[in-house]
Amino acid sequence: MELTTIWFLLVAVLFTGYFVLEGFDFGVGMLLPVLGRDDRERRVLINTIGPVWDGNEVWLITAGGAMFAAFPEWYATLFSGFYLPLLLILLALIARGVAFEYRHKRPEAAWKRRWDRAIFWGSAVPAVLWGVAFANILRGVPLSADHEYAGGLLDLLHPYALLGGVTTLGLFLTHGAVFLALKTAGDIRERAGALAVKLGVGTAVVAVVFLAWTLSIRSSAAAVVLAVGAALALLAGVAAARVRREGWAFTGTAVAIALAVATLFAALFPNVLPSTLDAAGTLTATNAASTPYTLKIMTWVAVVFTPIVLAYQGWTYWVFRKRIGVQNIPQH
Amino acid sequence: MDALDVARWQFGVTTVYHFLFVPLTIGLSVLVAILQTLWHRTGSERYLKLTKFYGKLFLINFAMGVVTGIVQEFQFGMNWSDYSRFVGDIFGAPLAIEALVAFFLESTFIGLWIFGWDRLPQRLHLAAIWAAAIGTNLSAYFILAANSFMQNPVGYRINPDTGRAELTDFVAVLTNKVALITFPHTLAGAFLVAGSLIVAVGLWHVIRGSGADTDAYRFATKFGSWVVLVAAALVLFTGDIQGKIMTQVQPMKMAAAEGLYTTESPASFSVLTVGSLDGSREIFAIKIPHLLSYLGTGDPNGTVHGINDLQAQYASQYGAGSYTPIIPVTYWSFRFMIAFGMAAAAIALLVLWTHRKGRTPTSRWLLRAGLVMPALPLLANSFGWIFTEMGRQPWIVFGEMLTRNGVSRSVSLTEVLTSFTAFTLIYATLAVIEFKLLLRYAKAGVPDVTPQPAEDDTDDAERPLAFAY
Ligand code: HDD
Ligand code: HEM
Ligand code: HEM
Repeated sequence: MELTTIWFLLVAVLFTGYFVLEGFDFGVGMLLPVLGRDDRERRVLINTIGPVWDGNEVWLITAGGAMFAAFPEWYATLFSGFYLPLLLILLALIARGVAFEYRHKRPEAAWKRRWDRAIFWGSAVPAVLWGVAFANILRGVPLSADHEYAGGLLDLLHPYALLGGVTTLGLFLTHGAVFLALKTAGDIRERAGALAVKLGVGTAVVAVVFLAWTLSIRSSAAAVVLAVGAALALLAGVAAARVRREGWAFTGTAVAIALAVATLFAALFPNVLPSTLDAAGTLTATNAASTPYTLKIMTWVAVVFTPIVLAYQGWTYWVFRKRIGVQNIPQH
Repeated sequence: MDALDVARWQFGVTTVYHFLFVPLTIGLSVLVAILQTLWHRTGSERYLKLTKFYGKLFLINFAMGVVTGIVQEFQFGMNWSDYSRFVGDIFGAPLAIEALVAFFLESTFIGLWIFGWDRLPQRLHLAAIWAAAIGTNLSAYFILAANSFMQNPVGYRINPDTGRAELTDFVAVLTNKVALITFPHTLAGAFLVAGSLIVAVGLWHVIRGSGADTDAYRFATKFGSWVVLVAAALVLFTGDIQGKIMTQVQPMKMAAAEGLYTTESPASFSVLTVGSLDGSREIFAIKIPHLLSYLGTGDPNGTVHGINDLQAQYASQYGAGSYTPIIPVTYWSFRFMIAFGMAAAAIALLVLWTHRKGRTPTSRWLLRAGLVMPALPLLANSFGWIFTEMGRQPWIVFGEMLTRNGVSRSVSLTEVLTSFTAFTLIYATLAVIEFKLLLRYAKAGVPDVTPQPAEDDTDDAERPLAFAY
């Protein structure tokens, strides 16, 4: 396989990992005001992701770094072109990350309420905007012949992209609810499970429309198979949530998100950022790539370190595999 | 004002801000790991208390380092897209490796450490903080290797067809002599900050008198002071070498650091120079003969090139234009870096002196000096970076790309202004919040670590989380 193809796949894998993992972090953040009725319950919710959210976010940092190293043109055009949405995502991630750490550092109710709001918005904004951004990547954006973004903010906000935003929002909410049903004990677990089913049904409808629309814009045999798989996995996950098989439900939503992201990348390939303006502006895995030498070095680094990272991150999840409930939250 | 100026201000502000938290993270991660190791080895409760106490301060700071770091990584693409296109082949690699090798390690194991108290076996829990500390220090290496490429590009060629820099020798990039010396210098600077924080907090509790815990604070204060002194020695030693390398690879930066206009051999070091307002002529100066020659070349009679000669040389080499950084900025930032850092070391000496042979200091003046102590090396670090980066100007990649050519062409002034304003506002707010929290937790003092009476009927799953959010 060409090195550029391998790196296209690796970038796809990194973003997939990011959305599967931080997807439930975002879901938990957005469900905080819904499922957490009092402070102790809210602390239960936050502590389900406490040990892992930062590690999950590093998937994004790595994906960005990999894009920069392997496809500098893609990184440069995308990040300067999607300027304001990325700014909002950054501000959200800042507020949210600090909020997890600082929320419990003072006892006042007003202090906690403020950070809870930061967690909610810091999760909701990226949950929507990532969908908008990826829908735009798939559909293509106005690029000039020298690969510069030639549109404005409004060019990014068309119905298809907005539907993409609603889809990721729904997916992450469902994924988060399922995750909470899996990781908590007692009353919260029941409520999370029930909510997961309701959210899941609505999301399934939106996601199917979005995936069909995606395939009508750009498609490949692999993309069709993946899209069907994503829809089935989501339905299976919702069905499992209904009968309170939480492990299976979580597997279902995780696979659904992974396959949905894979659908987008499969439909996109070999382009990485199509131009809607000047065909010469289209960025592909070949014309956006680094030199073979750089790609070769990066491949070795990835081959050696990715399994190690997966092993210790997996181990962390295993260490914190126990459910937690209000009884685990210290009184003070 | 145009988009370029705002992008530059944004980069300067966000990076200096990021670097307010980074040194504490680098230094404290290791120092907390050392404290926990002491506890593990001796079983003495005082080390456990100190581990938890400084560990908490470390985490309050860590959160800010993480969230401001993400901005840095995105910013290259957002504001400096032409720069990213030009160097991506080389510059992206260390960034990606940093994330894969260092950030994963650090973030995962910090999570394990925070939530693993009483959950993980003690040895593994200790290993977790060491893994996080190693990850943190490794991350500094890769990012500094990236930065060093901008100061002294190596291991690349310019592709004549695309006009872009292409990697030809990755080992050369990682073993760039600027990177090899910048790394220990930056680490030493970081330990100067972390040690100072430990001293400041410990000393405050010692002088105020903290009953049974005074003993722990005394230990912390002395431990921190020694860290500061050793770090100061290392910062001097590595800084000296850095100066020599800088004179070789970026002679203009050395000349600008000294406000040296004409080539001199031997050159004298300026302790204080007052120049004309535009900085092009000197009016009054206090100088130490031969010192600059020695600093720059290792030979007391060596030749140090002056700004005017270098400017003329670069103009004929790269075409007409100014290749001179803003002299007052480089001149003063260089001096402030050294002065603030050494002031912290002086306070550490004083602190150790007042603790000699079991004495307990009571002086209000010492208390005040201790409280400003952490600010000094933090300022020194910021000035060090301002010197390094401003001294490189007008280049973004020395000798290869001018800063003004690296900025994003498709990003409008309004957009950059929006992001600059947004970051400045959120950063300012968070700075106030974080500072107050640090104060609050520093004042609260070491925690009570007597184990909760274990009720035998509660099994593992029912126990409260020890260090939860
Ligand atoms: C506590 C902080 C601190 C202290 C006390 C010092 N430095 Fe420093 N210095 C830094 C913290 C720092 C830094 C922030 O970490 C920099 C910025 C980039 C780097 O490599 O380290 C730096 C850069 C820096 C550079 C620029 C390197 C370049 O651009 O290539 C030189 C020549 C020195 N230092 C030399 C010194 C000398 C001779 C010191 C003598 C006492 C000294 N520094 C003290
Ligand atoms: C790998 C690490 C770094 C890289 C790649 C980097 C790169 C850059 C870039 C692209 C600019 C903008 C061009 C310019 O305005 O000069 C810049 C300027 C600057 N950076 Fe760095 N930088 C790094 C680390 C740091 C750190 C850690 C600090 C300080 C804490 C710092 C402080 C500054 C300052 C003060 C400027 C000048 C802003 C101005 O131009 O007015 N940099 N650097
Ligand atoms: C301008 C270039 C820089 C970029 C792109 C950058 C990127 C980042 C990112 C993305 C993080 C967050 C990692 C996480 O989530 O765990 C981070 C944290 C960190 N950065 Fe930077 N950084 C820059 C400058 C520097 C420099 C020059 C140093 C050191 C000399 C440094 C040292 C660190 C360290 C030690 C951390 C980990 C501690 C923490 O997360 O607070 N950074 N950086």
